[in-house]
Amino acid sequence: MKSILKVKGLHVEIPLAAGPLNAVRDVGFEMKRGETVALVGESGCGKSLTALSLMDLLPRSAKRRAEVLLFNEQDLLKTSEREMADIRGNQMAMVFQEPMTSLNPCYTIGDQLEEAFMQHRKASRSETRKRAVQFLDRVGITAATSRLRQYPHQLSGGLRQRVMIAMALMCGPSLMIADEPTTALDVTIQAQILSLLASLQKEFEMGLILITHDLGIVARMADRVIVMYCGQVVETGSAVDLFENPLHPYTRGLLDCIPVLGKTKPGEHLGSIPGLVPTPIGELVGCSFYNRCSSSRPECAVELIEVKEISPGRSYRCLLSPDVCFRERGGEATR
Amino acid sequence: MTLPIIVQVDSVTKTYLVSAGVFKGKRKLQAVNGVSFSVEKGTVIGLVGESGCGKSTLAKIILGLEDANKGEVLIDGMRITPSHRHEISRRIQPVFQDPYSSLNPRKTVKSIISLPLRVHKLGGRKDWNRKVEEIMDVVGLPRRLMYNYPNQLSGGQRQRVAIARALIMNPDVVVCDEPTSSLDVSVQAQILNLLIDLRKEFGLTYILISHNLAVVEHLASRVAVMYLGRIVEEAETGELFKRPRHPYTKALLASVLTPQPRLRLPDTHLGVAYPNPIDPPSGCTFHPRCPKANELCMTDAPEPKLERGRLLECHFPEGAEKEEA
Repeated sequence: MKSILKVKGLHVEIPLAAGPLNAVRDVGFEMKRGETVALVGESGCGKSLTALSLMDLLPRSAKRRAEVLLFNEQDLLKTSEREMADIRGNQMAMVFQEPMTSLNPCYTIGDQLEEAFMQHRKASRSETRKRAVQFLDRVGITAATSRLRQYPHQLSGGLRQRVMIAMALMCGPSLMIADEPTTALDVTIQAQILSLLASLQKEFEMGLILITHDLGIVARMADRVIVMYCGQVVETGSAVDLFENPLHPYTRGLLDCIPVLGKTKPGEHLGSIPGLVPTPIGELVGCSFYNRCSSSRPECAVELIEVKEISPGRSYRCLLSPDVCFRERGGEATR
Repeated sequence: MTLPIIVQVDSVTKTYLVSAGVFKGKRKLQAVNGVSFSVEKGTVIGLVGESGCGKSTLAKIILGLEDANKGEVLIDGMRITPSHRHEISRRIQPVFQDPYSSLNPRKTVKSIISLPLRVHKLGGRKDWNRKVEEIMDVVGLPRRLMYNYPNQLSGGQRQRVAIARALIMNPDVVVCDEPTSSLDVSVQAQILNLLIDLRKEFGLTYILISHNLAVVEHLASRVAVMYLGRIVEEAETGELFKRPRHPYTKALLASVLTPQPRLRLPDTHLGVAYPNPIDPPSGCTFHPRCPKANELCMTDAPEPKLERGRLLECHFPEGAEKEEA
């Protein structure tokens, strides 16, 4: 299938008084049409900034540089602000984290749904309205016509998130970026919204970048997973490979941390990663996971850690071979 | 062996009056509707349910922050009302959800943790210092943070401050309202481990409110599932998770996304959205979303039934057919 997005050597820097904050360091990945890629990591690992830099929506002070940034065969590094505005919301759409704050409280749902479509497609009002109703219906909102006249505060959290999704779909984008689309929602509604996203994605053959820290969502939704730590990609692989045979000590640590229904023994200690995520300010040497890793070596602190690729699309960033550190943790060879 | 009962909630009902519109007057919202349960000393009860099911209101009533309209809450046999909140607060303390908003940004860590001591006028200035240091060691906060402000701490450290503040009075019961939902996974594991250790060390009783069922399963000894202000099923944790009998419990469990990549997304069959609590459905309040509902469910609310240590409110519980056959 055709590749819709190609990123190579993406860096995002935010200049601070203490030195440049290297929020995203050398991130690279490729996406095909209809594929779901999950960016996983804890807060501050650079996953949201990676997404924002694709849309060119970074905060003003942040600087983006990359070797390759291709979207649908357009070079995003060379597009002007005006061309970018044509792409945003049209070919590339984003669903933000909090439906409470990302909808404008002063405009009706209808106004907000229709704006992008009229802007990009130069469609008439009646045509747009028809499409808006159709998409609200599609995301499972009943009585769509009357909903269009409502304001965001009149809707519940789940409905608002559905409106956000409908909004992103209005122009039929080829890439959708969903930044923590369900964190603010109940488990039952979360499952509904995610199934909806998955079925719409299939229907429209969209690429979906899913940004989340919930490993449950990642496992159930993603085709491929990119684990980020401290601005770097530390492991990539298909969801099945990554969950069943994690290679990087951080990925393993994350998987040990979460209580799993029916699997972890009640009352027993969960595995945890000691310490805190370091702030990537200034010149950085060695492995950023060095101070929290249970099998770190002295050389981990000084050497440049390269990404090792073991098969296409399956790679990790660690000096040691996965078996070595797994033995040291006292675990079996495979989960 | 039966343990002494430390918290007893006896048919508690809380009704709020909500404005229905400018000229429409007030309408009743039954946030908690006749809830009863008891907690044995040293155990953990988990309260689960969707937002709006009344679990946080119930927590407020247990803490004495809200007065119940009907029913009563007994802590160690003592009835609680907001009028003697002061005494109650020595026995029962809260840990809230969001450590970013539950700590006063203008106070130092020391002053936040020692506030309960100052309110209750326990000991002098020197004791406070010593006690704060002790409790900071217990919850794993470095002592150098004593004079820092909350904005200088990470999320996990803030939650530790909140736990330290709750524990400094040596309470019997700690009400944890979503203690880890605003934290990162690696920090969540640290805090859960801490809660497990503290319970063993001090013989604490937790009332754990969470929508994360995996967390509840991990910590709780009993679980109560709430729906629209009622407990619809309550049982011992292992039992409830292995054999859920209320269709709602079953749907809740099915919608948990475990990290198993070979399973795809579940279908919960909970088609219709959560009902508006101002205007609850007739009969069994779960009937519009229940796959097994029939006419009886639409008209008659099921009576609570107690069998083999499990409380259940359903006309047609799961597994009933098998038993009869």
